[in-house]
Amino acid sequence: MNLTFSPEEQAFRAEVRHFLAEALPSDISERVRLGRHLRAEDHLRWQNILSEQGWLASNWPKEHGGPGWGPVQRHIFDEECAAAHAPTVVPFGVNMVAPVIMKFGSAEQQQYYLPRILSNQDWWCQGYSEPGAGSDLAGLNTRAVRDSDHYVVNGQKTWTTLGQHANMLFCLVRTDPDAKKQAGISFLLIDMQTPGITVRPIITLDGAHEVNEIFLDNVRVPVENRVGEEGQGWTCAKFLLTHERTGIAGLGHAKQALRHLKSLASRIEHRGKPLLALPSFRHRVVKAELELMALEVTNLRVIAAARDGGAPGAESSLLKVRGSELRQELSELTRRALGPAALPFFPDFLHGEGSLDDERAQSAAASAQYFNRRKLSIYGGANEIQKSIVAKTILNM
Amino acid sequence: MDFALTDEQRMLEETLTRLVTDQVSPEQRRAMLAAAPEGASPLWRTFAELGLLHMPFSEDVGGLGGDGTDLMIIMQALGRGLVPEAYLAGLVLPGQLLALTANSGQQTEWLTPLLEGEHQLAFAWQEHNARYDALAIATQATQQDGQWQLTGKKDVVLNLEAAAASLVTARLDNAKLGLFIVPANAPGTSTHLYRTIDDQPAGDLTLDNVTLPPANCLSEDVSDALAEVLALGRAALCAQAIGAMEEACDQTLAYLKERKQFGLPLSTFQALQHRMVDMHLHLEQSRSMAILAATSLTLPASERDYKIAAAKAYCGESARFIAEQAIQLHGAMGMTEECYVASYAKHLVMFDHYFGDSDYHLETVSELLTAA
Repeated sequence: MNLTFSPEEQAFRAEVRHFLAEALPSDISERVRLGRHLRAEDHLRWQNILSEQGWLASNWPKEHGGPGWGPVQRHIFDEECAAAHAPTVVPFGVNMVAPVIMKFGSAEQQQYYLPRILSNQDWWCQGYSEPGAGSDLAGLNTRAVRDSDHYVVNGQKTWTTLGQHANMLFCLVRTDPDAKKQAGISFLLIDMQTPGITVRPIITLDGAHEVNEIFLDNVRVPVENRVGEEGQGWTCAKFLLTHERTGIAGLGHAKQALRHLKSLASRIEHRGKPLLALPSFRHRVVKAELELMALEVTNLRVIAAARDGGAPGAESSLLKVRGSELRQELSELTRRALGPAALPFFPDFLHGEGSLDDERAQSAAASAQYFNRRKLSIYGGANEIQKSIVAKTILNM
Repeated sequence: MDFALTDEQRMLEETLTRLVTDQVSPEQRRAMLAAAPEGASPLWRTFAELGLLHMPFSEDVGGLGGDGTDLMIIMQALGRGLVPEAYLAGLVLPGQLLALTANSGQQTEWLTPLLEGEHQLAFAWQEHNARYDALAIATQATQQDGQWQLTGKKDVVLNLEAAAASLVTARLDNAKLGLFIVPANAPGTSTHLYRTIDDQPAGDLTLDNVTLPPANCLSEDVSDALAEVLALGRAALCAQAIGAMEEACDQTLAYLKERKQFGLPLSTFQALQHRMVDMHLHLEQSRSMAILAATSLTLPASERDYKIAAAKAYCGESARFIAEQAIQLHGAMGMTEECYVASYAKHLVMFDHYFGDSDYHLETVSELLTAA
């Protein structure tokens, strides 16, 4: 066994790093570094640069216009992007609906939608959760009734991330209320311009407008916008949840957060010494460092298994649980490190265009991010759900 | 980056798994523990036949040149069966010290027979007041008329009773740390033998003006070799703990599936499922750290020590966690000597007391922590 990257992989890392240094606009990386929200045009500007480089769809095969990278290269790319404060690519098109269209979509759907995703023409959002269907996603109630060559969709979706910018929605709907609950679900692609769709913001406890609720009122969706067979929606949903989850640990983000924390705690003074020298604080940083080391090797084990042809299965649940816990702990330590400076709250600066003097700007996001990071153990299947998945699929309990 | 085992390593793993399954059942293990030590056990002779006694040593000293991964495979299998043989304490650690320090005459006398299974040794480095510190040594070695005189006391020396000799660290007049080979029953030595709470044969070794010829001095400055061998020992212990954690998890899971209360198997209760998953998470993260340790042995000393300290600290806490959960999930049965998982629980908790506990190693990590 060895844990070192090959010379080719190291050269690839250098190439990515060089590209990021050259191509990532500094105003965008600065917004990311300071934890400020990104405007739609910031996302698009960066994603167009990536698209031009051919690196937007990092998990796509070459035949569909992806770079054809393996899991190791994707891991390196993600890690370097996080280290450079590059925005995370909005995943709903490239990483979520695209693999479903590639796997289950018709030739026409592939020819139409995939190039539009690759060129950032469409901004996708996800219609999964409902007020009554969170962890129990298959309990969803949004109803689609066939009316000749259309479905008429009625219901409500929620927690739709960045839905305010989206022009396309992929949506799980119930087409057969009498079937067993997973069997009655279909997967629809819905144009957000269709009459009957209303998007309302949900402001989260950090003051951010990141998520939305979407109301669907007699929305007419052409039948050809269904992916896969009627009643096959749950298969698509499950495929999406298990597809390419090696990045789920958020390792690059955790590494960057730990680097930031250590540098912060070295600069901030506590009774005339660096905070990092305070035993109780240092102890927690050391524990986080250990957890990161373990998580990194576990992540590499899963990546190597995926590279060698194994499907990343329930191990991604393990990565999700431990990765989210670690990132939450790092956000807790970063907030604590700032002391009283973590108290002032400047929503206009964080979520809008307000300006702030440099000293305040550096610490403005820590507390808001701490609260924002609570989502990590809730979304994508709450950590308790992940544990139940491990119990069921790995331990056969 | 590669986590796959080579064909030879897979064969080694399969052979050991079979050996442990066939020859170290709970009953067989109890019988082995009860037997009086009389030379090499049948299992040790099997180890010799399989080449395990040569495996972890370099080809320069007549070994098979196994690396950290090979040692990890062996230790993990021994941990799975809680195999009561002093593979690490009686062979690997003293053998590596000899390989690093002994001249050819000393190797012929002590290392060759060790690899051939003709004798075992012990490594006497701990002292009562030094806790886990291998360098805070009070045992004195002075030179008189060309002979060495050793006086002091060594604490919790593993495999002391079965050892033909002990490798003893002692402070020299020039304040450097020396290494000596002290034959069993050398005049001036006395022992207090016992077992540890996790069934390892051990003892205290008292040296009262023990006179040794120059040929019994292995090194007059052993610090670097000592650090290298302690690192190896820590990595090996992590691997052994992984084996024991796997078995403790497997036994606990099997028990949860079989034991019924309220008319249902315990494995159907979500509170217990999540505890079991937490054990599994600790095991997998610790396995990653044990791999990190096993692949760090050839790194430069400070990087090696940083990673191995991190692994030992991490595995120490996970081992205790898994042990406590294993007892809890077995209910009152887990409290009995008869319940086999209790032996694993004891081993896993006491793992932290060998070669430095989590606090000790967290301090090492803390000292070497880079600021950014």
